[in-house]
Amino acid sequence: MASLLEVHDLSVAYGGVKAVTGASFYVAAGELVCLIGANGAGKSSLLKALTGMVHVSHGTTKFQGKAITHLASHDIVARGIALVPEGRGVFSRMTVEENLAMGAYTRQDQAEIAADLAQIFELFPRLFERRRQAAGTLSGGEQQMLAIGRALMSRPKLLLLDEPSMGLAPLMVQKIFETLRAVSKKGVTIFLVEQNAKLALEISHRGYVMESGKIILTDTSAALAINPEVRRAYLGE
Amino acid sequence: MDTFLQQLINGLVLGSVYALVALGYTMVYGILELINFAHGEVTMIGAMVALTVIGALVGAHVDLPGIVIVLAGVLAAIPACMLLGFTIERVAYRPLRNAPRLAPLITAIGVSILLQNLAMIIWGRQYISFPPILPRTTYHLGGATISVLQIFILVLSLVIMAALVALVQKTKLGRAMRATAQAPQVAGLMGVNINSIISLTFIIGSALAAVAGVMVSAYYGVAHYYMGFLLGLKAFTAAVLGGIGNLAGAMLGGLLLGVIESMGAGYIGDITGGFMGSNYQDVFAFFVLILVLVLRPSGLLGERVGERA
Ligand SMILES: Nc1ncnc2c1ncn2[C@@H]1O[C@H](COP(=O)(O)OP(=O)(O)OP(=O)(O)O)[C@@H](O)[C@H]1O
Ligand SMILES: [Mg+2]
Repeated sequence: MASLLEVHDLSVAYGGVKAVTGASFYVAAGELVCLIGANGAGKSSLLKALTGMVHVSHGTTKFQGKAITHLASHDIVARGIALVPEGRGVFSRMTVEENLAMGAYTRQDQAEIAADLAQIFELFPRLFERRRQAAGTLSGGEQQMLAIGRALMSRPKLLLLDEPSMGLAPLMVQKIFETLRAVSKKGVTIFLVEQNAKLALEISHRGYVMESGKIILTDTSAALAINPEVRRAYLGE
Repeated sequence: MDTFLQQLINGLVLGSVYALVALGYTMVYGILELINFAHGEVTMIGAMVALTVIGALVGAHVDLPGIVIVLAGVLAAIPACMLLGFTIERVAYRPLRNAPRLAPLITAIGVSILLQNLAMIIWGRQYISFPPILPRTTYHLGGATISVLQIFILVLSLVIMAALVALVQKTKLGRAMRATAQAPQVAGLMGVNINSIISLTFIIGSALAAVAGVMVSAYYGVAHYYMGFLLGLKAFTAAVLGGIGNLAGAMLGGLLLGVIESMGAGYIGDITGGFMGSNYQDVFAFFVLILVLVLRPSGLLGERVGERA
């Protein structure tokens, strides 16, 4: 399998503070890969570096074999990467429909966009009910659905998610994860950053463990789930 | 009653010009949270460029109706101002995008002074008069009169504002502009080239300023290298009055400020028993500015501070 995303020795620093140090990993086409780690491990910084939101101080990122390390966000996104950012990042004063339309910003194929929109509404009927409502008035769970729907509207080859379970009730978390599994089954490659290690390892094929800016462990998710170290540190045992 | 209606008409005409300029302030503020103090000077340059073209055409005795000559002036001023606005952002503000907020603010004042001096060097210190080539017909309306020029200014301003609202609310580009104003980084994640949107915001605002500059100089019959200062300050007041960052607010604020000013000028003589005359007109704008800043800093239509995404 060819790697869709290849990250080599990536570092991110804020001023003098290092957030990510020498991270290397890959995601192959069709995979659902997770990255778990505690607060402040550098997970969000890593995703921001992949999507051009923060400066990469060292290392390289390749997508479909081409370097994207220092491209601007909009150029990276145009190549087929979508990020569901930490805290959802919906456009709160725009309607649900407008948010979804923003997701399709790089696309021109109106008929296909309309078809995708119908699919998103099928996936999240709640969003259809609230399509003319300002996104800021949605509940946290609904906003997360919107953020995911919006990312899917770009028809990404690679979907990145930053803690989609954050702040949601257990039922809603279940719903979101089921959706991710379904999206993955449809062939979208997913790289999922999570603190909810149990669920993340359940739905993913492989996983990486991040600690203090470094990737310290990688294995299949099944193996990680029974790894004593992982169980102690991230599964509360 | 006559005075009231007359001052209302005058105020709305003047206010529609303030609104056009205020839109430029508010659009830039909405995206960059920067008060582009050079915007008034862009308006002045618009007037100067237009007058240069108009003057040349009149001087050459071309056989064209006055309105066509003025139109030629406007069509020269618009691209000139667009280029100017674009350049100001690229050269002066973009390098300071991540600097503390005071730096771009001081830079804006610097650009403003620079443009004033440049204009003084190019066009001189004297007042440049607007050639009397426009039709002078007036109509009676109740007990008041309204000139063709006034009607023209009012209607054109309203059409331009409606077009801008349609652009921002109904088009894909407008959606990208609103997204960038709300959350620039997330807009980038949607594939929006934020730098292009920012450039475009300056370009559109400057085009409006160009039109406004020609309107003011036609209305008062003169242009001057210093005219952008007061006009800019008043338009800024209008933007703050409406709620800076809010498009509808800028339009409302502009019209309202025009009416307040004009009513004030119309009645100040009566109120003060002749002690102060209509030459105190400009005082009202700043009185309004102070009142708004003290009583409702977020403006009439602005949201409370801290609510921005
Ligand atoms: N803009 C910033 N400026 C300075 N330091 C930052 C900035 N963003 C993050 N950091 C620091 O970088 C480190 C990694 O932060 P990051 O947000 O990437 O962690 P995270 O793994 O996503 O944490 P969480 O699970 O809490 O979201 C932290 O020590 C954080 O304080
Ligand atoms: Mg994080």
